[in-house]
Amino acid sequence: MAGTALRGRLTWQVAKVLAVAVETASVRTIMLDVPDWPGHQAGQHVDIRLTDEDGYVAERSYSIASAPGEPVALTVERLDDGEVSPYLTDELRAGDELELRGPIGGYFVWEPENGGPLLLLAGGSGIVPLRSILRHRERTGSAVPVRLLYSSRTLDDVIYRAELDKPAAGVEVFHTLTRHQPPGWSGYAGRVDAALLAEVVWPTSMTPLAYVCGPTNFVEAVSQTLVQAGYPPQRVKTERFGGTGGT
Amino acid sequence: MDAVDGNAIGGLLHEVFGSEMTTTVSVCGTCGTARQVGELAVYAHAPGTVVRCPSCDNVLMVFVKIHDRTCVDLMGLAALG
Repeated sequence: MAGTALRGRLTWQVAKVLAVAVETASVRTIMLDVPDWPGHQAGQHVDIRLTDEDGYVAERSYSIASAPGEPVALTVERLDDGEVSPYLTDELRAGDELELRGPIGGYFVWEPENGGPLLLLAGGSGIVPLRSILRHRERTGSAVPVRLLYSSRTLDDVIYRAELDKPAAGVEVFHTLTRHQPPGWSGYAGRVDAALLAEVVWPTSMTPLAYVCGPTNFVEAVSQTLVQAGYPPQRVKTERFGGTGGT
Repeated sequence: MDAVDGNAIGGLLHEVFGSEMTTTVSVCGTCGTARQVGELAVYAHAPGTVVRCPSCDNVLMVFVKIHDRTCVDLMGLAALG
């Protein structure tokens, strides 16, 4: 049960890498076998801890990409100046072990009983916890209507592209490409602003529930615009990744 | 420096308080705004982890790890939980 998973002590444990999948040039999905996994909720994250030979420890948080009930999967974007992500995206292989603790967080989560309609707004790798929410919705047979607006630099930077090209019934997916659009591109172009949001968002009269995830500047701009458009702040959940990359 | 959400330090908070804290309500000692801990502004790149009120920028909580100990300062809070 998700509720019981939130209680009790949070301890570091060793997970085994089952497989690593290439999502984009800089993004990998890492499938893990976590022996004592208590189950998670859509939108939660884990902490990963790397310890080098002289004892130096680096910890980072990564959102869980898989739905509750699926094996734990993390989708990680390589940050060139990162201490942890280059190891995860470039070095990690099936059979390797990884220290983690989780699941963590009760704030940026969605369960079918939270309802909707859902407005999911992703910048770059901010799509990861929202993908967990989408899969959870589908696996639980929820009919909550969803609109996803996903901002990427280029088409090649779109994570889960094949999956998002075939959304479940009741899910509408909108893309915007900020840096380069391929010939014949039918999606949006440019950064998410008030005009773009006005075309995509649910009217406030439907009491939508919004989840915004991505780099800090993306989340701040989008969540402020939503609030200015009449979304109550308590219906706009945010998860900032820090940094500026990816959108 | 970019802030992240209180949600991002859910693991650290669980370690310190012994339970999931991101949905716990905190009250700012300066402006009195009540928010879930997951909504607070976190600056994780300082020498410690600094948690500020998104409304008035008051420092609510500071966590500093020294070896295996975590020093905790909650002086900026009026209430937690």
